[in-house]
Amino acid sequence: MKFVRVRAVAKKEIIQIWRDPLSLTIAFLMPLIQLFIFGYAITFDINNINAVVYDRDRSYESRELVSEMSSSGYFSIIGHIDSYKEVDSYIDLNKAKVAVIIPEDFSKAIKTGRPAQVGVIIDGSDSNTATIADGYLNGIALQFSRRMSGVKIEPVIDIRSRVWYNPELKSRNFIVPGLIVVIMAVIVALLTSLTVAREWERGTMEQLISTPVKPAELIIGKLIPYFAIGLIDIIVALLAGVFWFGVPIYGSPLLLLALACIFMFGGVCTGIIISINAKGSQSVASQIALLSSFLPALLLSGFVFAISNMPVPLQIITYLIPARYFVTISKSIFMKGSGLETLMVETLLLTIYSAVVFAVAVKKFSKRID
Amino acid sequence: MFGRIRHMIIKEFIQTFRNRKNWFPLFLAPVIQLFLFGYVVTTDVNNISTALYDLDKSQESRELARRLQASGYFSITHYPQSQDEVRDLLDRGKTLCVIQINERFSEDIAKKRPAQIQVIVDGSDSNTAMIAMNYATKIINLYSAELAAPAVKAQLSRIDFRTRFWYNPDLKSRNYNVPGVIASVIMFVCLILTSMSVVREREMGTIEQIMVSPIRPIELMIGKTAPFAVIALFDMVVVIAIGMWWFGVTMKGSMFFLFICTPAYLLSILGIGLFISTVLKTQQQSLMATMFFAMPAMLLSGFMFPIENMPLGFQYVAYLNPLTYYLIIIRGIFLKGSGMDVLWPELGCLLVLGVIIISLSALRFRKRLG
Repeated sequence: MKFVRVRAVAKKEIIQIWRDPLSLTIAFLMPLIQLFIFGYAITFDINNINAVVYDRDRSYESRELVSEMSSSGYFSIIGHIDSYKEVDSYIDLNKAKVAVIIPEDFSKAIKTGRPAQVGVIIDGSDSNTATIADGYLNGIALQFSRRMSGVKIEPVIDIRSRVWYNPELKSRNFIVPGLIVVIMAVIVALLTSLTVAREWERGTMEQLISTPVKPAELIIGKLIPYFAIGLIDIIVALLAGVFWFGVPIYGSPLLLLALACIFMFGGVCTGIIISINAKGSQSVASQIALLSSFLPALLLSGFVFAISNMPVPLQIITYLIPARYFVTISKSIFMKGSGLETLMVETLLLTIYSAVVFAVAVKKFSKRID
Repeated sequence: MFGRIRHMIIKEFIQTFRNRKNWFPLFLAPVIQLFLFGYVVTTDVNNISTALYDLDKSQESRELARRLQASGYFSITHYPQSQDEVRDLLDRGKTLCVIQINERFSEDIAKKRPAQIQVIVDGSDSNTAMIAMNYATKIINLYSAELAAPAVKAQLSRIDFRTRFWYNPDLKSRNYNVPGVIASVIMFVCLILTSMSVVREREMGTIEQIMVSPIRPIELMIGKTAPFAVIALFDMVVVIAIGMWWFGVTMKGSMFFLFICTPAYLLSILGIGLFISTVLKTQQQSLMATMFFAMPAMLLSGFMFPIENMPLGFQYVAYLNPLTYYLIIIRGIFLKGSGMDVLWPELGCLLVLGVIIISLSALRFRKRLG
């Protein structure tokens, strides 16, 4: 392998990237926008669930129940209604997710010590919100009962909950470390998947073939610039995550960067394999790249959706997704302060993956040149 | 005029189907997406790997463990014997949740002192952690209530919420997510195909041949978008069929109404794709721009994260997003069986957005070609 030839290819690629300032801008802007959206717009905390109340009792007790609901902060009472028909229309039209129907004998029941029945209708279409709303209501029922009974009751079992690693349960703290992985996977795949396909489609590949450059040199030369862009992206995302969004990082950022390089090397090589396989069609290459890098990184890496929840065949597939290992690495370094010794297995698997992918890329490529 | 459009459409179909490799992204990719999303995007948390640190080893502590296990939410996989072991299990991510039952647990219960239980959750995935904590609290509270004296029990349950979940009584998240996937699949297929098709002609130089032909810009535009609308509709039918037969999602409303609403949605998506293709020069750029649009569009639509939970500014952005309205429509049809009487505002917004977007790109398209 001659360094001069690698450098020449890299230089050509850099010039080509440089002449396309728009793609380059997007490559740098996209991570920031995603970070911005995830940091500000997306939370898993569910508050202010719209609720309507049909109070048929209109008593002190029923008003207390309603104020218990609104002061919990979980529900915002958007209206009081006077008929069952209105309940239907509020829920059908998505205006309210929860309807509470307080019966006429509510205060009487409370006073006589019978359990008072309250009708609740929850729009179950969004099952997640529905489950959580149901849980909140149960808490409110308990709270209200305690207040109405007036006596102090000690529960039999006293639960002490503690949350490790992320005591305030801020979703931002676990989203940012995972998001960095997704961003890298997407950027690297988007950029590299077209690089060889484009040469074929435009017919410039033949010129490259006629030069003395060897497959390994060509691939390394082609991947250097994309690798650099990915590296800048992750550094920017890291800085923004830590300094702008205040996500604490307990482990070593340098270790994270070093392992990110291994991960990215694999990603770049995968992109090039896709590009070689989709010979001639950039639109095919881009679709395959999205399917094989973006979706797995988003869905199968454990970034948002827990792997233990998936059906077993899918869980097995996740072992083949490099993003899975890197999400574990990133989250552990960020939140648990893990060092290399705890992350040995993941690091080893990532390294093997990257090496294999590189070998395959070189081999595939040499065949095409013959 | 129709003759020319017909020729254009035929040409576009031939070009799309000639390359066998195109078949994969056109027809297989949406199916893969549906399977991935259908299985992975579930907010139901089950089988949380749990460690039981039982210092009491009494009948009561075993009963509690049995209840946790029987709920289906927890699967007890480890039985640590020391505090160090607990730490190690959580550090290595082997368990998400540790239930620690202190010594004298059964003794405290017998003597009517509050018996202590510690629940430790790994907060590095704050969503799962919160759900796990809620479940654990619920199960333990229920057990606690059963152990309590009858008089206390009556005090604690003064309200009896009779909750009913409408539209999705089993609270299966799949019923909510599969319609969402359909909407996003259509978006991706349409966007990538349209945004790349004009750009490809430009990149390969064939646009000049088209320009010397008698075809008018508007005809070219229709010819360039209609085939992809047809393909997207076809994909939609396939994805709906799989969603219904494989995933058992039922459609309560009318399929016919869905097919009336979909073109309104396609209008916007095709318009955006066309706009991208008139602004940009290379396929690389159009792919980057497509993703630049599609990622935020997906995040800010209510597809995975409810809009009501976002800060107000982002909510306004979400209401400029055609996907938001289409999601409400398609979920309304699937889950609630809604029709025109309920969904007309969304359909109206979708039409207005679509007409604005498509006319803007049409204007731009004329200029670029004229």
